Amino acid sequence: MLKLQEVSKVFRVGAFGGKTMTAVDEVSFEVGRGEVVSLIGESGSGKSTIGKMVLRLMSANGGSITFDGDDISKLDKRAYYRKVQGVFQDPFSSYNPIFKADRVFSMIKEVYFPKEADRVWRDKVASALNDVRLDAGQVLNKFPHQLSGGQLQRLLIARALLLDIDFLVADEITSMLDASTRIDVLNLLADLKLRGLGVLFITHDLALGNYISERTVVLHQGRIVEYGPTAKVFETPEHSYTRKLLASVPQLHRKWEGV
Amino acid sequence: MTLSVQDLRVYYRTLRGEVKALDGVSFDVADGEILGLAGESGCGKTTLGKSLIRMDGRMKHVGGRVELDGENLPIGDTVKMNPFRFTEVSIIPQYSMSAMNPTRKIGRMVRELLDSRGVTVDLDELHRRLDLVELNRDVLGKYPLELSGGMKQRMVMVISTLLNPSLLIADEITSALDVSTQKAVVTTLKGFRELGFVKSMIFITHDISLTNQLADTIMVMYAGKLAEKAPADAIVNRSRHPYTQLLISSLPEVGVRYAEKKLTGIPGNPPSLLNPPVGCRFQDRCPLAFDKCREEPPAVEVEKDHFVACWKA
Amino acid sequence: MTTTDPITAITAPDPDTPPISNRREALYFAVRNGKLLVGVGIVTIFLLIGIVGPFLVKSPPMEYVGQPMMPPDGEYWLGTTTFGQDVLAQFVYGVRSAFVVGVLAGGLAALIGMVIGFVAGYRGGLVDEILNMLTNVVLVIPTLAVLLIINAYLGVRSVGMQSLFIGLTSWPWVARAIRAQTFSLRSRDFVDLARLSGVRTGRIILREIAPNMSSYLFMTFILLFGSSILIASSLDFIGLGPTDGVSLGVMLNHANQWSALPLGLWWWFIPPGVAITAIVGALYVANVGLDEVFNPKLREL
Repeated sequence: MLKLQEVSKVFRVGAFGGKTMTAVDEVSFEVGRGEVVSLIGESGSGKSTIGKMVLRLMSANGGSITFDGDDISKLDKRAYYRKVQGVFQDPFSSYNPIFKADRVFSMIKEVYFPKEADRVWRDKVASALNDVRLDAGQVLNKFPHQLSGGQLQRLLIARALLLDIDFLVADEITSMLDASTRIDVLNLLADLKLRGLGVLFITHDLALGNYISERTVVLHQGRIVEYGPTAKVFETPEHSYTRKLLASVPQLHRKWEGV
Repeated sequence: MTLSVQDLRVYYRTLRGEVKALDGVSFDVADGEILGLAGESGCGKTTLGKSLIRMDGRMKHVGGRVELDGENLPIGDTVKMNPFRFTEVSIIPQYSMSAMNPTRKIGRMVRELLDSRGVTVDLDELHRRLDLVELNRDVLGKYPLELSGGMKQRMVMVISTLLNPSLLIADEITSALDVSTQKAVVTTLKGFRELGFVKSMIFITHDISLTNQLADTIMVMYAGKLAEKAPADAIVNRSRHPYTQLLISSLPEVGVRYAEKKLTGIPGNPPSLLNPPVGCRFQDRCPLAFDKCREEPPAVEVEKDHFVACWKA
Repeated sequence: MTTTDPITAITAPDPDTPPISNRREALYFAVRNGKLLVGVGIVTIFLLIGIVGPFLVKSPPMEYVGQPMMPPDGEYWLGTTTFGQDVLAQFVYGVRSAFVVGVLAGGLAALIGMVIGFVAGYRGGLVDEILNMLTNVVLVIPTLAVLLIINAYLGVRSVGMQSLFIGLTSWPWVARAIRAQTFSLRSRDFVDLARLSGVRTGRIILREIAPNMSSYLFMTFILLFGSSILIASSLDFIGLGPTDGVSLGVMLNHANQWSALPLGLWWWFIPPGVAITAIVGALYVANVGLDEVFNPKLREL
């Protein structure tokens, strides 16, 4: 469904853009229908840049990104966002603090469903909230600071569902949530694939990637160092970097060696 | 006994009333002990860390005593705390990356800091400690801007332990770091204790798996109160408080897959601390709650060094 | 979780208590802020003088109505000029024109500054560089000299013309400040989310970014308002004021020209001088107050 072929992104840095910095270096992978692919990397690995390029918030310098065979840079943006959506890391920064949180719904109604009757729309919202296991009475008509991080992230997933999307980019969406709510949001994401959605799950947390994804891409300094079925990457990692990462993950029931 | 906290209460003043961020917490930290303070956002762990060293303007010391090495800590009085700060109690702040003055060279900053405490710089000692955290001695002649995040973090760690404080508070210092750097930081902290740079430590984090790599004892807080405190191993394997149990069972570990074993979180949200519920603060989310939970459960020592605040424990 | 302020983290999920919106909170602090109340009070008094005054005086400001050089008395509250003009009449018309200049010139400068600042900050890249260059060019123009030359060439000068010149030359710092703020807001996730909702650039700026800076924009306008009055008064005083009306600066200019000071006609130059100082000063005091209201860090709890 989503296919990246030798995608690169080079930033110009320094005064007058004299220097360049390669954030993403010829990255290729695919995400199929009903599949979760984890994009794992540390800070500076280029994982978020890839997410932004897929969401067309940034353009690639090289290579191609295609969605169902079409080059995404040639598609109409509004039509593209009907099918592909994103949820970001910081739930509190994803909402304009001076407006009520459910404004994220009315924003897409204005653009995509201007003619829909209010009553029909309300039912749709209610059903989307139900899908993400939120109680409409608890979350509608509230300001972002009155809701918890978990509720805010779920609202954003509900927003994506309202558009009837095919693909979701989830960029570190659980990293700012508490442990007790994190796993529920993660389960929700895993449930989406049962509906046939493709999910690009960007994370620095190997345990989370391992928990929900079918395939895993490990990035290091903009390059793919390991790519394969999740079980294989985690059980028999080939690249030394992957092994080092795995060894550094704090595990509840296993103490680090040499500490 | 290095640190002894008795029934500590610290409230935040807000427009809507007092937020009871820390509402009657008692615990001890022994000599040489590393206490891991775990809990979710808003549980009071950062408030606790801050109140032991420097309260901000909105915080109010409502009740309770803190003793450090047998001496009363005047935590409610910012001025009287001055002689203790940095020499007796020291903190590595959450954003140590931005804790350094960008216009000062690091060496000069260290000197000024020590001058303000009436101590002269022992350059040999400073160099020795820089070597220990694998920082080049040149960093003293650099500006903070020239250091990477990990280097700044190590520099702050060296600075805050330079006068061998009795108690070091590390507040979420690893949460912004990559996993490989986390491990290095934890190793360094442990080394600091072995070398006697600090006597005891409170390591605040939301990540129980990480705490377990470092702490001797873990204290789990919930909504401004102590839920459970026990040796790390007991918390991880034999926790008695339902909150701790649910929290631990919601953690995905490498090897656990959604397709094979679906984990669940804890339904609901923590209570508002403006008007916390009477009795146990976890009662609304607790699957075991019963009538008695409307009374507040005291923290009881169920076995040696294992304290639980729950009627069912 | 790790970046939230402890207060918001603690009070965040709080379904039972009614929300205190930012606006209500600002109002709460506004009515308790002495600086703001004093500033607004003084400006309001002068505003009333400017609006109502001209309807209450009997004669047009430039008409010769009575004995020359009369000190204040029951009939002419502020006395008369060397030519027997009513100083009070001139004063109330002058106050009115000061507000007109403030609103027109301040409004124009705010408008230009905002448009350029928003577009440069949001679009970035080449657009930003070009607009930034334009801003810098206008910034280094010696405004007063240019105004002198332009004013000197134009035969008839009106308050409107004067406002236009002031407005066209005093926007650059606004543009720079707004550009910087927009730049930091642009990278917030909610802006990306609006883009993902198919919202177009213009609407994103107007409905996502600008409302977040509303307090800042308001303060900018206040500052521009005050500085426009000050610039206008300076121009008037050196004889480049409106030729078809009266203003506080023109009064000072005339008083100076006809030796009011050596002749001891204090009632001629003190009122306009005090008015200019009071209005501009009160605006700055109010601005400091507003800053405290909008910026929680400056509030005294």
